[in-house]
Amino acid sequence: MEKLLHVSSSPHIRSRVKTSSIMFLVILALLPAACVGIWVFGPYAAAVLAVSVASAVMTEYIYEMLMRRPVTIKDGSAVVTGLLLGMNLPVSVPLWMPVIGSVFAVLVVKQLFGGLGQNFMNPALAGRCFLLISFSARMTDFSVSSQTAARIVDTVSGATPLAELKAGGSADLLSMFLGNTRGTIGETSALALLIGGIFLAVMGVIRLWIPLLYLGSFSAFVLIFGDHGFDLPFLAAELLGGGLMLGAWFMATDYVTSPITRRGRIVYGILLGIMTGLFRFFGGSAEGVSYAIIFCNLLVPLIERLTLPGGFGCGKKKGGKNA
Amino acid sequence: MRKSGLRTFRGGVHPEDGKALSAARALTPMEPGELLFYSLSQHIGAPARPTVAKGDHVLRGQKIAEAGGFVSAPVHASVSGTVKEIKKMRMPAGNTADCIVVENDGAMRETAFEPADYTQLSGKEILERISDAGVTGMGGAGFPTHVKLSPKEPEKIDYILINGAECEPYLTSDYRRMLENPEMVAEGLKILLHIFPGARGVICVEDNKKDCAAALEKALKGCGNIRIQLLKTKYPQGAERMLIYAVTGRKINSSMLPADVGCIVDNVETAAAVYRAVALGEPVMDRTMTVSGDGAAKPGNYIVPTGMLFREVLEKAGGAKGEPEKMIAGGPMMGNALFSLEVPVTKTSSALLLFGKDPVSEQTPSACINCGRCMEACPGQILPARLAVFADHGDEEKFLKYHGMECCECGCCSFVCPAKRQLSQSIKSMRRLLLAKKKKG
Repeated sequence: MEKLLHVSSSPHIRSRVKTSSIMFLVILALLPAACVGIWVFGPYAAAVLAVSVASAVMTEYIYEMLMRRPVTIKDGSAVVTGLLLGMNLPVSVPLWMPVIGSVFAVLVVKQLFGGLGQNFMNPALAGRCFLLISFSARMTDFSVSSQTAARIVDTVSGATPLAELKAGGSADLLSMFLGNTRGTIGETSALALLIGGIFLAVMGVIRLWIPLLYLGSFSAFVLIFGDHGFDLPFLAAELLGGGLMLGAWFMATDYVTSPITRRGRIVYGILLGIMTGLFRFFGGSAEGVSYAIIFCNLLVPLIERLTLPGGFGCGKKKGGKNA
Repeated sequence: MRKSGLRTFRGGVHPEDGKALSAARALTPMEPGELLFYSLSQHIGAPARPTVAKGDHVLRGQKIAEAGGFVSAPVHASVSGTVKEIKKMRMPAGNTADCIVVENDGAMRETAFEPADYTQLSGKEILERISDAGVTGMGGAGFPTHVKLSPKEPEKIDYILINGAECEPYLTSDYRRMLENPEMVAEGLKILLHIFPGARGVICVEDNKKDCAAALEKALKGCGNIRIQLLKTKYPQGAERMLIYAVTGRKINSSMLPADVGCIVDNVETAAAVYRAVALGEPVMDRTMTVSGDGAAKPGNYIVPTGMLFREVLEKAGGAKGEPEKMIAGGPMMGNALFSLEVPVTKTSSALLLFGKDPVSEQTPSACINCGRCMEACPGQILPARLAVFADHGDEEKFLKYHGMECCECGCCSFVCPAKRQLSQSIKSMRRLLLAKKKKG
């Protein structure tokens, strides 16, 4: 035989799913919410998103070139990070802010810790929190100019529905559901985010455990500690408002920063809801999703260690320590 | 996990099964070539000891090597001819083993086979006939069948499971056996039940082989203590531990034997071999094999004499189509890639698969994204992503703590990994290392 045969250890076949195809589906799932953001906040929102994505990808490219590592921008993870970061910014930001946020997210949080799969917190959220701490005034400026956003049903102040709610005001549930309200570019439309989240679940990219338990335990927290009693419209406003939908479907389900074990995912989801409630009702700000997710990201190694699976058939008899 | 009514286990994968290539091809006996190579290690356990020497004339069905211990099995010639030599040869799995080389005289003169009515035999006599005939597990592992049938507490055995799941993609030889010779499988099971009168027999078939179930049903008419169990079509449904769980709900871990939960599992082809050994007095001289894959000119199912070279099998099955990049002995999930076809067919050779392209070599592993697909697919309910890292780092302590030994090497984790990491491969290496260490003591 002239041609040598390929020899490798089994299995000799692989499924079609690739890292890049997963990232592509995530990007696809984020698009409805991003489009609503652009429709509501105007073309400037598109510029923020574009700058954010471009700078995230460029950061990864330049870093990997300089470090002489294989360039991994094709896997799409930097695009996802950039897009998520952009969707977490208010439309009022100057364009240098998404750049700084993306550089921080990709360079410091992701690449310096070893690149894809090694970051211990969600890069986009870390980028957002970095900006929030460094430029808190700009990051909480949800004002919109008349040219950029004519579609917002304006209430009295320039505050987000959640902030108004916290101040004792009321919220317009329908516009919170559809998205023509104040907030960051990608978080306002619960409907679009739900469509994206369900799409991901149907495509097998995410499992429903984390988002449903997150929303569920948060709802329980609101009903018990929300100071409104059994007030369903209030609960609905809390669920629809702020970054909860974006966080629950797209950030909490980030593979790298969520537990790999089955029971760990359950614990993680429940914990997220409780932490979000704590931050929202007992914290200074009306928001709490970003900090809750970042905080729980840090607990993931611990959660994982405590929820190791016992191995098939190791339960009762011998060897099963963790059953 | 019995939602749909079809029994199964948690985890597993659904690879493209490729069975349509060869499923419709009836089992065809293959003519042996000029030289046959009988490995002395066709089974798990001590190698067999040759009972013939260079120059001896042997008959078809003659024992040419006897069991080298209790966990061992004899070897029989599948042709008549002259012993040329005993030499070390490469085996399909890549290891080497001593082989008795027999020159075929083409006369096919046979020893006298002594048929018997098994209902008149005692359990011990049946076991002797099985062990004398060199019957070993023909599903792949090659565990000597008489050892399996001699558990410490025989009265505790209440299930004899016949494994007809054939969950490996492309393989259709068990399918053809069940379809064409259901009575052989049924009789084999009845013989096993004769050894364990207190047990129930279950023939386990995946629900993509309903025609087999029907054929077996017909062959089993009037057997109250045997039933057919349809299982969900999913890989690795035929893995022993998964099969036992799916059918009986009992779980065993890697350090237990099926007999610990009252079960004995034998492959379809093994049951047929038991029937031939006990009722007809014929030793194991051939086995069913599938030749398939997109690189096979004429995919089909064959009854191949043991000792034939894979090269001859391929030639007689119509040869290759183009120049295959990869050839596999066994299924694509657990089989061994061959670097040469100059290896002999053994009692455990279930297939020769040829593929024009080797998709694995075209993919480069990238970073783990912690997606958990390996965990979800793992029937052993362990964390392949973590174990592979421990294995690569040589961290034995962590590997054991994370239940690395529970891996059944099914390959599901590597199959599903979107980063195309060699998870199963890393874990396998570490397991082998630790098992060898344990053996040394």
